[in-house]
Amino acid sequence: MLSRESSATLISAVTAFIYKEARLQDEHQYEAWEALWTDDGVYWVPANGDDIDPEKEMSIIYDNRSRISLRIKQLLTGKRHTQTPQSRLRRLVSNIELLDGQPGGDISVASNSMVFESSLRDDTIWAARNEYRLRYVDGELRMAYKKVNLVNNEKALFTLSFLI
Amino acid sequence: MNVVPRASQWGELIRADRVHGSLYTDPAIFEAELQNIWYRTWVYVGHESEVPNANDYVVKSIGPQSVIMTRDEQGKINLLLNRCSHRGNQVCSYDKGNARSFTCPFHSWTFANDGRLVGYAFPDGYEGQDRSKLALGRVTRVQSYRGFVFGSFAAEGPTLEEHLGGAAETIDRLVRFSPEGEVEVTAGFLKHRVKANWKFILENECDGYHPAFVHSSIFGVADSAIGKLYGGASTAVTRDYGNGHTEIDLRPEFRKRDAPMSWFGTTEERLPDYTARMKAAYGNEQAREIMIDGTPHVMIFPNLFIAEIQMFVIQPLAVDDSVQHVTALQFKGAPDMNRRLRQQTMGSVGPAGLLLADDSEMYERCHRGVLARSPEWIFLGRGEQRERQDELGFKIGHVTDEIPSRGIWRHYRSLMEAV
Repeated sequence: MLSRESSATLISAVTAFIYKEARLQDEHQYEAWEALWTDDGVYWVPANGDDIDPEKEMSIIYDNRSRISLRIKQLLTGKRHTQTPQSRLRRLVSNIELLDGQPGGDISVASNSMVFESSLRDDTIWAARNEYRLRYVDGELRMAYKKVNLVNNEKALFTLSFLI
Repeated sequence: MNVVPRASQWGELIRADRVHGSLYTDPAIFEAELQNIWYRTWVYVGHESEVPNANDYVVKSIGPQSVIMTRDEQGKINLLLNRCSHRGNQVCSYDKGNARSFTCPFHSWTFANDGRLVGYAFPDGYEGQDRSKLALGRVTRVQSYRGFVFGSFAAEGPTLEEHLGGAAETIDRLVRFSPEGEVEVTAGFLKHRVKANWKFILENECDGYHPAFVHSSIFGVADSAIGKLYGGASTAVTRDYGNGHTEIDLRPEFRKRDAPMSWFGTTEERLPDYTARMKAAYGNEQAREIMIDGTPHVMIFPNLFIAEIQMFVIQPLAVDDSVQHVTALQFKGAPDMNRRLRQQTMGSVGPAGLLLADDSEMYERCHRGVLARSPEWIFLGRGEQRERQDELGFKIGHVTDEIPSRGIWRHYRSLMEAV
């Protein structure tokens, strides 16, 4: 159990981290976003509910660290057609909450987000509950895990090729 | 146009080497397609392994219509229309489950999972009515081929085997990748929506001309050998099986490599359990041949695309609105292979797929593109001068040639002219 003071310090650091992540995503700063990950990072966007077993069932994204890197490399080619031109994006993040600590000391945190995407197809709104596990590495917060529970992940979705 | 062409006029829109752009954008033509193709010919609906037990059901579709695929207590597969025979309410609101019956929430009419009306509330109001005439609607003909369930709304017409024709052999080829000879559809579907006409998807599935360009971003960074299969020097072929079924046959390239599992970018050593089970099932020599050749890349008209490691089901919702349902193929008795199939499929396809998001971008840009009025035609003449026949008499051509599109449109025209 953290003291009230250290809890306030932690939530302030975590909030700053989540805002920064959101900005890097909105502005397609792919390499800076990738640098937020720990070496064992897992980036997961489930389909057909929030509680599926990603080892048995299809997810929209279920990237280990090397596939995160591949995803970023593809975007950096400039020939990822679905992001050429890039979507224009802005997202609001709120409801940031520290959750019970993880074994091993990772910081467990959740937030809600709503993303407005403007692409060649049309304007699209995405809404999600985001679950993170964050960790201090060399004094800096890093993401070890990000799970994005899209509100409409049971439905047929348009292409989701920006960083959610 | 907005007026459906008469039978004699389809030839004005569909020629041997080109088709009119309005075929993709005209709402009246879309309505005619629903009647002449989706509600008449054989359409893939689901797989028997999705309803393994008595009373299992899963909700599928034929075009915009919701179809409940059930396995009844006798073990028979039924394709029921999700519409109460009373006032039309949908009787099933869940994607899947296990239920002996479906009770409509509107007036509590209850239907057995074989479609029979078994009860309604306050039955005295229906005295003298014949319940057997108030069953759920159903897809008129239901037939399976090696576990793949197809339905046709036409009471008469070709059998499923006649419809599949030469393409049935590709499904035979596919199921051999299970040491037990069975495909399983158990990994759940990603549903990827595109604002584009369904035929852009249909035609792209066996278009071997685009991968080098649409997918160069991923081939380059993933150090993939796939790009070469679709290069100018490739010996792979495109094939037209007739009845709208088309294939990209990559076996000539994989046989040159002569390395089992190379088609899947791996080796026997990395899948020791699978390799042992395949050799036990088929013998060393045949297992080796199967594992060199690789799974098929075949588009079964109008909506089942088997894409080596995954399968897609194309669903048209409106003239400019379509859904690709996609899942990893799973082979019965092959756990280590299945895990890799799921991992590779998740990376490649669906809304965030490293491959399919770019294909889908092309579908949407094509749809917006053909709204321009000139030139009126889509040109599909690539490789027409070098078409040849394989040993079974099917048309084949270079992997980048447009034999598949021409075959699809020839069959499409025959279906549209038949009514």
